Amino acid sequence: MLAAILVMSGIALVLGGILGWAAIRFRVEEDPLVEKIDAILPQTQCGQCGYPGCKPYAEAIAKGEADINRCPPGGEDGVKRLAELLGVEPKPLDEGLTHKPKSVAVIDENLCIGCTLCIQACPVDAIVGAAKQMHTVIPELCTGCELCVAPCPVDCIHMEVIKEDVSSWKWRYPIISLKRAA
Amino acid sequence: MQDYLLILLGTVFVNNIVMAKMLGLCPFMGVSRKLETSLGMGAATTFVLTLASGLSYLINTYLLGTELAYLRTLSFIVVIAGIVGFTEMFIRKTSPVLFRVLGIYLPLITTNCAVLGIPLLNVQAQHNFVESLFFGMGGALGFTLVLVLFAAIRERLEAADVPLPFRGTSIALVTAGLMSLAFMGFAGLIK
Repeated sequence: MLAAILVMSGIALVLGGILGWAAIRFRVEEDPLVEKIDAILPQTQCGQCGYPGCKPYAEAIAKGEADINRCPPGGEDGVKRLAELLGVEPKPLDEGLTHKPKSVAVIDENLCIGCTLCIQACPVDAIVGAAKQMHTVIPELCTGCELCVAPCPVDCIHMEVIKEDVSSWKWRYPIISLKRAA
Repeated sequence: MQDYLLILLGTVFVNNIVMAKMLGLCPFMGVSRKLETSLGMGAATTFVLTLASGLSYLINTYLLGTELAYLRTLSFIVVIAGIVGFTEMFIRKTSPVLFRVLGIYLPLITTNCAVLGIPLLNVQAQHNFVESLFFGMGGALGFTLVLVLFAAIRERLEAADVPLPFRGTSIALVTAGLMSLAFMGFAGLIK
């Protein structure tokens, strides 16, 4: 029993000593900026930024290869702190990264002037109506692409979030593709 | 000298660590998607495995002996983890290029069961120090060979017209099985 404890702690001590010595002996002077950026990132290693982890993303920011707004777990607050550190303007989170809830377009029928601009914009023909007649969206056909929102001259189209229920819930896509492996 | 050559050939082809002993399947499936990454993983594993089999031989013979044999697995794991950590720091300092190639694979080796398996097999086969080194290096070279071959096949598989239910991991496992069968052809090469 005693011998076992001695042997194991001996091995651990020697290895710990060697590793500690190696950490000092083989210290690599890194860009201190990378460390500072890495300290701000949330260390969730989620890969949503397109890099394998927080450290590679920090390195990419330091090199100027990546934008500062690609970290959804860090949120607006994280972007703001990164902007302060790097002395650049804070910007909103990259839209493609934050997961948007599925929604459909809804036309406020009281405001619609019947200009047909949204009908022309709709890629799936989900809007019915005729010139000078009120238009409306068929929610079953609407894909939520938001292409009809911009052309409307009276801003009567808005997006409404679909509540998740048994008929609309789907498995989330789990795969986050990494831009580069090394 | 001939003995060592036989050990080397035997571990690379006949008793291949992946194909015959079914060890190290996790990195075998995990990093065999691209040829370059599989080469990097193979090189890192070879380095660590050779060191690990030598060091665990020393520990087993001079520290553990027979009465502390039950500490074998535990101490081998600790030593392997230590070697991997040291290797990572050493390579990082001495060769940034190599570190960029091997960097992310080095920590993965800690959890590669082949790296623990080979020192334990060494003990079982009662190899001496030099034999252990050759056994370790041969095992790792065999691992690298199979990994690279498999990666080459998988790169072809990407372009192949695979039936939908077989796509991805399933066809990879089927391929691995066929490769294992093919490696059985080497049995009898060395008595």
